[in-house]
Amino acid sequence: MIELVDVSKHFGHLKALRHVDLEVPAGQKLVIIGPSGSGKSTLIRCVNMLEKPSSGRVIVDGVELTALRAPVAKVRQSVAMVFQSFNLYPHKTVLENVALAPIVVCGVKKEQATEAALTYLKRVGLSDKADKYPAQLSGGQQQRVAIARALNMHPKIMLFDEPTSALDPEMIQEVLEVIIDLAQGGITMVVVTHEMGFAKEAADRVVFMDEGRIIEDGTPEHFFENPQHDRTKLFLSKILR
Amino acid sequence: MSDLIANIGFLQQGPFAIPRWEALFSNIDLLWQGTIVTLTVASLGLALALVLGTVLGVMAASHWRVPRAFTRAYVEFYQNTPLLIQVFMIFNALPMVFSGLFIPVITIGILGVGMYHGAYISEVVRAGIQSIGRGQLEAALSQGFTYVGAMRYIIIPQAMRIVLPPLTNQAVSLIKNTSVIAIIAGGDLMYAGDAFAGRFGHYGPTYVIVGLGYFLMCFPLAMLARRLEDRTRVL
Ligand SMILES: Nc1ncnc2c1ncn2[C@@H]1O[C@H](COP(=O)(O)OP(=O)(O)OP(=O)(O)O)[C@@H](O)[C@H]1O
Ligand SMILES: [Mg+2]
Repeated sequence: MIELVDVSKHFGHLKALRHVDLEVPAGQKLVIIGPSGSGKSTLIRCVNMLEKPSSGRVIVDGVELTALRAPVAKVRQSVAMVFQSFNLYPHKTVLENVALAPIVVCGVKKEQATEAALTYLKRVGLSDKADKYPAQLSGGQQQRVAIARALNMHPKIMLFDEPTSALDPEMIQEVLEVIIDLAQGGITMVVVTHEMGFAKEAADRVVFMDEGRIIEDGTPEHFFENPQHDRTKLFLSKILR
Repeated sequence: MSDLIANIGFLQQGPFAIPRWEALFSNIDLLWQGTIVTLTVASLGLALALVLGTVLGVMAASHWRVPRAFTRAYVEFYQNTPLLIQVFMIFNALPMVFSGLFIPVITIGILGVGMYHGAYISEVVRAGIQSIGRGQLEAALSQGFTYVGAMRYIIIPQAMRIVLPPLTNQAVSLIKNTSVIAIIAGGDLMYAGDAFAGRFGHYGPTYVIVGLGYFLMCFPLAMLARRLEDRTRVL
């Protein structure tokens, strides 16, 4: 479903990604873990080409996005992203946030997109907020709206870049529950997170990144109980005290 | 009462004497025609400036190199040369390049102020777009919006709130700047005033009334700008 082949990304002299290879089969729930600055965001943003790799190939759902004139916008319709800072559209109501792109981008009929939007808002527990504006919601509620917005595109792939890092502690759980619930379904998911509990509970696979490279790759059990690299052990000992 | 007026010297003689006012008001339709030309040039010029400014502003805020370089050159040219010379060029040089080309006065005015203020408005639009956080564009792109679609549905509606007050100021100076066509091509309110005042020497009343005319066209817009500014402060 997702294939990164020898992907590097440089920002000037800084090498954010160094020759990364990664293949994510359909339906897999992949969690990316790693210290700050290790390239997690850059990696996940290469999947939907918000970041253009300096070299290497990105193939998503059979389409090579790094090819010249690749239909990037088309592929993005089925690759939803949830951001750390929610990035809801502040001038639109909650309902409009969820229904806008299906209507404008995919050409879904307005009534149909709105109805589906209400279904997804209900699923994330926010049907009563449909007519509010994002600024009137708590952080946790905003992030759940962002998830509903992503779901209303009926994506094959969902990318989460630290979806709970900007939230107050008491709101982290309500968002994680929604994502864990989603992970029961068939969508391919890539989640950058510092929530080890989530990785243990919902992931099929964990990769650990350091200095622009993937240095550990395996099941959650392998990762937490039997890490190979000293760098991983050190990271875990710090985070799982 | 009439004694009182009789004793006010400047109404008896000099540039503001009463007979001059009477002469002006009996020929007021001359100024009226000029007003209509000015209003036409101002409204169509503003429409041109807004379209041009939005397109150029979006290009300037994009990551496309060639359009960005083009807008930069356009803006620098129009902001750093006097409007008067630009209008002169449209009036005199264009018909020489395309020989026999006749451009009506109103068109010259519209092109003149439209292209000039289009440059300024593109800077306003660019700054407005850039004031919207990068996350908004990324969210829209990640949903499959094209760059232009993201601008239209997500970025520009938000930038609008920030951009409206400076945009209104641009509209006000555009109206006043239509008066440069008086010097080159003629027909507008300023020209009608100049012509009338020059013919009979009634400069005083003419410029008072012409000035009042411009004020009445601009003031409502300036008020609007103030209101919008107050509103965006609350937002
Ligand atoms: N647009 C950019 N311009 C320049 N440098 C960048 C840019 N984006 C990321 N970097 C740099 O690339 C490196 C990797 O960044 P990235 O955001 O991928 O790290 P991360 O693992 O997501 O970290 P964090 O946990 O802090 O989010 C960092 O050193 C960062 O400063
Ligand atoms: Mg990051």
